Amino acid sequence: MTAALRLKLENIVKEYPGCRANDGIDLTVGAGEIHALLGENGAGKSTLMKVIYGVVQPDEGRMIWNGHPVTVDSPARAREMGIGMVFQHFSLFETLTVAENIALGLPADEARDRRKLDQRIREVSGRYGMALDPRRYVSTLSVGERQRVEIVRCLIQESTLLILDEPTSVLTPQEVTALFATLRQLSSEGCSILFISHKLEEVRSLCHNATVLRQGKVSGGCRPGEVSAVDIARLMVGDDTPISTQVSAAQAGDVLLGVRNLGCKRRDPFGTSLTDVSFELRQGEIVGIAGVAGNGQDELLKALSGEIRPDRGSMDLDSMRMNALSPAQRRKLGVAVVPEERLGRGAVPGMSLAQNALLTASGQDLVDRGIIRFGRVRAFSREVIRRFGVRCTGEDSTAASLSGGNLQKYIIGREALQNPRLLVASHPTWGVDVGSAVAIHEALVKLRDEGASILLISEDLDELFQLCSRIGALCEGRLSPLACTAELSIEQLGEWMAGGFDSGEASHAAA
Amino acid sequence: MLLLERRPVDSSLMRWASPVLALVLTVITGFVLFLAMGKDPVEGLTFFFITPISDLIGLAELGLKMAPLLLCAAGLTVCYRAKLWNIGAEGHFLMGALGASAVAVQLVDASGVWVLPVVLVAGVLAGMLWAAIAAGLKTHLHCNEILTTIMLNYIALNLLLYAVHGPLKDPYGFGFPQSVMFGESALLPDLIPGTRLHLGLAFGLLAAVSVWVLFARSFIGFQLNVIGQDHRAAAFAGFGARRLTWFAFLVGGATAGLAGASEVTGPIGQLVPQVSPGYGYTAIIVVFLGRMHALGIIAASALLALTFIGGEMLQIAMNMPKAVTGLFQGLLLFYLLTCDAFIHYRIRLRAPVRKPTRVAAPAATQEA
Repeated sequence: MTAALRLKLENIVKEYPGCRANDGIDLTVGAGEIHALLGENGAGKSTLMKVIYGVVQPDEGRMIWNGHPVTVDSPARAREMGIGMVFQHFSLFETLTVAENIALGLPADEARDRRKLDQRIREVSGRYGMALDPRRYVSTLSVGERQRVEIVRCLIQESTLLILDEPTSVLTPQEVTALFATLRQLSSEGCSILFISHKLEEVRSLCHNATVLRQGKVSGGCRPGEVSAVDIARLMVGDDTPISTQVSAAQAGDVLLGVRNLGCKRRDPFGTSLTDVSFELRQGEIVGIAGVAGNGQDELLKALSGEIRPDRGSMDLDSMRMNALSPAQRRKLGVAVVPEERLGRGAVPGMSLAQNALLTASGQDLVDRGIIRFGRVRAFSREVIRRFGVRCTGEDSTAASLSGGNLQKYIIGREALQNPRLLVASHPTWGVDVGSAVAIHEALVKLRDEGASILLISEDLDELFQLCSRIGALCEGRLSPLACTAELSIEQLGEWMAGGFDSGEASHAAA
Repeated sequence: MLLLERRPVDSSLMRWASPVLALVLTVITGFVLFLAMGKDPVEGLTFFFITPISDLIGLAELGLKMAPLLLCAAGLTVCYRAKLWNIGAEGHFLMGALGASAVAVQLVDASGVWVLPVVLVAGVLAGMLWAAIAAGLKTHLHCNEILTTIMLNYIALNLLLYAVHGPLKDPYGFGFPQSVMFGESALLPDLIPGTRLHLGLAFGLLAAVSVWVLFARSFIGFQLNVIGQDHRAAAFAGFGARRLTWFAFLVGGATAGLAGASEVTGPIGQLVPQVSPGYGYTAIIVVFLGRMHALGIIAASALLALTFIGGEMLQIAMNMPKAVTGLFQGLLLFYLLTCDAFIHYRIRLRAPVRKPTRVAAPAATQEA
């Protein structure tokens, strides 16, 4: 490792009302080092990044940049010093071109000469293998290309420390490989990289060093290439949490759900239309739908739940045509849905857990001739809390007061206790702590073993490969063929996620 | 430096303290206003808040004014819980009065116990019809209910004026724009003999209790709450927004329509142009002041009823303009909305902005 220290943090403390987000964190990043910052959701990674990038000011501690103590009072100051950041949610104007977006972050004199700027963009993007046309509008770019714009923007500002916040969560496996090549090249040229992620395999293949955070404190550091993913995971979650589920093989039964040529025109300009989606789902199996966010996953879920009505095609549950049924009617048939957003769709934030049970479980004898039986509602709610180990103060806690993982356990439990025949779950473990994720996976497998069909929509490929017996991918509203997990390579799935399939094949391969 | 900071958890104390605080601030402002006008503030406030309810007749008058406020507010509560901003109680009220009168003038000579229910039902139906227009415009054409209900209020008022100047005008009324006096069978019975207090107040209290049952016990009330707090969760759960919108509007129209019908069959006994001093609008204040709860709206309707009779008292006793009622109502709403901000926010004194060097000061590291 290079001796020169690029960044050194000493005892950073940042306290928010009711939570000490960073509690005395030390961190050093050398020149040209790719340093991983690991930790579960809520471990304090985002806060620490914001401190470095000048978005928030630390309450205590100091920051040493290239050997000098500094105060970063704004992101503009951070950029001036040579710190660039790529946020998980890009900050680009869709209605502007690539060059215009980049010009926005530059000093006025550099931004004015467009021809020269275009030249520089081509040069930088070419050098690092991130082909970009400066004249294209951002709205026409794919997610991977947008990320390149963000990175090129940082490079043009001559950043010597690049902070990347979960950069791979929006990319296909092939795009991830390309990004890593770029990052390695940058590192060899002396640019330091702070890589925030919770995907351990990626960190192991890319990063030189890692700092692991847990509950606002540094719980350990390691050289990721030299230790196993399990060891790193232990540092992230502590000693008392199981890290993964052992999934037994599925025993698929008869076909329960048949979807044929489903078509849904998009309802808003930012939605995706579903085109010719066909697949079959058997009893006792979990089928995974991969895909980069925004490729029709939400529309597929809504079409199955009954929140939107399809324009074409058919959905049959056990030869019962579901197309025109309302969500409540489908629930009576045994369809349960776990939407992507926990707060604000799966649960009403300001209502108690008991009231939230009524949201979908009113059919479980909780309502008698229009009058709510509160005794039964509370009993049902307590049962969910007990059976699924939801950590809360009781069924009267509001949904908003629970952590993401606990609320998700409650929502999954609420659906599971109703003995669904079909469960559609979208991103069930997104942003959930490892312990809860394991519990959720176990709940899904248990439901499967009881004979339910589960459609698992997820961006987490590890999760899909672990749980599903068959996997396909959605791209621009079209569904790839479904392949048996055992015979599917991650490269093949990556190609499908990027649209490399002939959708006419879908029905043929869906056996 | 004062800073308005979001509370981590909404203050439930403030939720109930806010109306009380608003009332106190209103009284203080009233005190200052009386002073500014050169009147004795203590005397003025006494005439406004205390004299009107210091005897049985006064209390009965208070109940008389409470009845329409409570009925309108009960219906509006159903709408507002679902975040349907129905401003049309005034219109529903006027249509209720008009509908009831149109039937009552046909039945002037009829007698029997069936007459009054028929008249009242006519008022309820007329109110529901008016609400249904706004509901249909919202669910089928996505028209903003605030605008449509306000406009429908004016149409209702003009329809009523047309009726009392035209088809419903008493031919022997010396040209006054009013209907004939209704028959005895079409009039609401008195609750307390010797006062003007009539059955309308019982309707109002019944409506408040029904609202309590609706939201505390019934599944449809739960659905209305969900759609108001989180329409995406409602869509996910399959609570039909259209169905619930219709339900809320029809309830709102029915109760306000009944309020209008009770007003013409109660103290007035005929249709007159000034049947409402703005009950439908005042009911909006009642709902917010009463925190959309049954008990709250009962208390709030009593207070707002007092502003009507207190205003009249000031006109008589101190020669003040009629606008004093509207002034106090406006002050109350203004202060309530201001105080409500402190349910979600709190004021904090912020320390002077940190000097950059303090972050790096070694002293700061001792605490860890």
